[in-house]
Amino acid sequence: MTIPGFPDAAPVDGLIGGALIGVAAAIMLLALGRIAGVSGIAAKAAGLGGSGMDRIGAWAFVIGLPLGALAVMLAKGGLEPGFAGPVPLIAAGLLVGFGTRLGSGCTSGHGVCGISRLSGRSIVATITFMAAGIATVAAMNALGWEVLR
Amino acid sequence: MKTLFSLISGVLFGAGLTVGGMTDPVRVRGFLDLFGDWDPTLAFVMGGALVVMAIAWRVVPGMARPVFEDKFHVPTRNELTPGLIGGAVLFGVGWGIAGLCPGPGIAALVIEPAGAAIFVVSMLAGMALLRLVEGKN
Repeated sequence: MTIPGFPDAAPVDGLIGGALIGVAAAIMLLALGRIAGVSGIAAKAAGLGGSGMDRIGAWAFVIGLPLGALAVMLAKGGLEPGFAGPVPLIAAGLLVGFGTRLGSGCTSGHGVCGISRLSGRSIVATITFMAAGIATVAAMNALGWEVLR
Repeated sequence: MKTLFSLISGVLFGAGLTVGGMTDPVRVRGFLDLFGDWDPTLAFVMGGALVVMAIAWRVVPGMARPVFEDKFHVPTRNELTPGLIGGAVLFGVGWGIAGLCPGPGIAALVIEPAGAAIFVVSMLAGMALLRLVEGKN
């Protein structure tokens, strides 16, 4: 199924994927009483502060992410994403790591878990990082800087 | 059992990100390309996740405690701080540059191992840098 005017969009896959993410976050909340915020959990696993959950649990969640991705990749018979080169990946990684910890969350913690409980901080953070992302892509396009290969 | 449920949550999360196309920076940057060739897929991913989580939050008040824990650990802060805004701006710029945020970056370690590893190591370095700046070890 496609949306008129947006032939490349995948709304059904998006909704199914989103629902799976929601179920994952709901399990983290209802079973373990925690926010499924990936930046905080990854920081905890790496010994860099972060989530209040125990470190083994943090590692289990972090290892689960690529395992889930692997299952879908195998089921689909392979995926061909377009990734940026090393220099933009390093710059982006540094900004994402520094920014998500300073801002107490990323797309999962603020965007999914925070907005769904109507947290003012999370709503403001999500609007802010989306606006910054939109401005960044617009600026890069204006400068003709193509990063994805 | 707690560790097992953490793992299950991570697996479902990683599967959901991949099904929704979020492990492909082309899709994510396509969503952020609002003034160009906009791809609304990310909005559907977010919408699907928000509907399920909104229901989960309505279940919480009726539970004495989480299934495997003594109590719910939910953020209590509600003040808008410079760190929240500044951090979100820096994160958003990084997100826009490469089309990756923490979850997809880690999940993509099996999809695009070299690129995802560069991103994840840099992300951890960024987290360590903040701790250095804040004077924590």
